[in-house]
Formats: sequence, structure tokens, C-alpha cells
Amino acid sequence: MLPADDVLVAGLRSGDEATFARLLDSWSASMLRLARSFVSTDASAEEVVQDTWLAVIRGVAGFQGASSLRTWVYRILVNTAKKRGVKEKRTVPWTSLEPDGGPTVDPDRFRGPGDDYPGHWREVPEPWVLGDEFRHVVARALDQLPERQRVVVTLRDVDGHSSEEVCAMLEISAANQRVLLHRGRAAVRAHVEKYLGGAA
Amino acid sequence: MTCEEFVELVTAFLEGALDEDTERDFVAHLAECPGCERYLDQFRTTISELGELPPETLSGDTRDRLLDAFRNFPRA
Repeated sequence: MLPADDVLVAGLRSGDEATFARLLDSWSASMLRLARSFVSTDASAEEVVQDTWLAVIRGVAGFQGASSLRTWVYRILVNTAKKRGVKEKRTVPWTSLEPDGGPTVDPDRFRGPGDDYPGHWREVPEPWVLGDEFRHVVARALDQLPERQRVVVTLRDVDGHSSEEVCAMLEISAANQRVLLHRGRAAVRAHVEKYLGGAA
Repeated sequence: MTCEEFVELVTAFLEGALDEDTERDFVAHLAECPGCERYLDQFRTTISELGELPPETLSGDTRDRLLDAFRNFPRA
């Protein structure tokens, strides 16, 4: 566990290297993943993270504490990454969030309107027998998600940020965040199911 | 509530974001439907496995460069 924000901020302002190293090691992995969603290469993502930390070093004297330190750092990251993404002509249109529409489970899995039990499983999902490859399958499914779903699932489920933090970082509503999270999770689950051969 | 409706509410349920009536229907459906119980289990398994993915790290060079920048930043 990291110390409270005021302790961290005091450490950063006074030039305490141990504090900086700790933050660097605790947050950079998830910052890399987040940055990677906006730019086209791993190298670009690493530069975005580096530029973000440089901005934090310069800017922490002016940190007001209006949000948590982590949210503040991630906002800088997102802004840095977006600028860079625009340069690379790769932008994620967070603001023009269309309802992605469509069910998250193949409608053929459910009984049709003429059935005695319309909308219920035709055949219940097969149980999963999970082997060593499960993690690999999940990782690949995550990579294949549409951009915005991947960002939200990464922040929430891989990195463990709260819903409030993710909404603040990405400046999206709680409802939009939940839709993206649900669609992303359902797609990962469906990918695993398909891999295991549970679904025809 | 049908199974087809149930599967779209799973994240909202796990987030505690369903209104009271919908949550009651969701839980009632879950209690009676083995298929949806399994779906919910698999959903949870998926979420917990996502949390186990290995972290990426900064390269040693970048980390060193940042530590230098922090050390050498002029402070009053």
C-alpha cells in the first residue's frame, strides 16, 4: 500500500527519491497500458509515460489536491497520449460515444419468440475446464477488443481502478463506462468460450 | 426476466448499479436458472483472470532517466 496522497505529494515536492521511485514502480505498468490505447507503438507509449512523469516532476508543486494524486497523474497521461495520438492520426473518439448497440451474447443462444420460453437459453453454457492456456486466451481476447472497451476493461479489471477513477481519467459518464466495461467483459468471456469449444 | 435480458445486466449487477426492482428480478432469475448462474460464474472467472495478467514495465533506461530527472530538478 502506498502512503496517503499528502505524504506522497510532500515527498515529491521535497525531492525524496524513494517516494518517486515507489510511484514510478507502482503506476508505470498501468500507465503504459493506458497510453498504448491511444498511440500506435509500444515505443510511443513508453515516451508518453516518460513525458507524463517529467510533467509530474515539473508540475507537482502546483498540484491542488482537487482529485487524488493518481487521477491527476493519469489525466496528464491521457492528455499527453491524446496529443501524441492525434499526431499519429490515431484518435479514440471518447466524446462521440455511440451506443454500441447489439446484444453481447449471440441471440441464437436463446429461444425464439415462438417458443414456450422465449429469451431463455436453448442450451445452457457449457462448463469450463480451464487449463494453463486460460491466461493466454484472456490476454489475446483483451488485445482484440475494440479500443474503448479495451481501455476501460484494462483500467478496471486488469489494473483495478474504481469506476469513479476511470470516469475521471477518461471524462466519461458512469453509464458509458459501464456499457463499455460490460461489452468488453462479455466479449472476453465469449472469446474464451469459443476457444474452449463450448459454443457451436 | 429472460436469460437474454439477464446477460446484459451482469456488470450493472456486479457494480451495484441496478435499481431495487431490477435487482430483485435479477436475483430471483439467478436463483431459478442454472444457465444464468453459470454465465455469471464464467463472467466472474473472466474478470478475476483479467486481474492476473502480468504487468508491463518501463525499460530500465527510461526508469533511470526519470530518476535522474527527478534528482536534478531544481527545487527551492
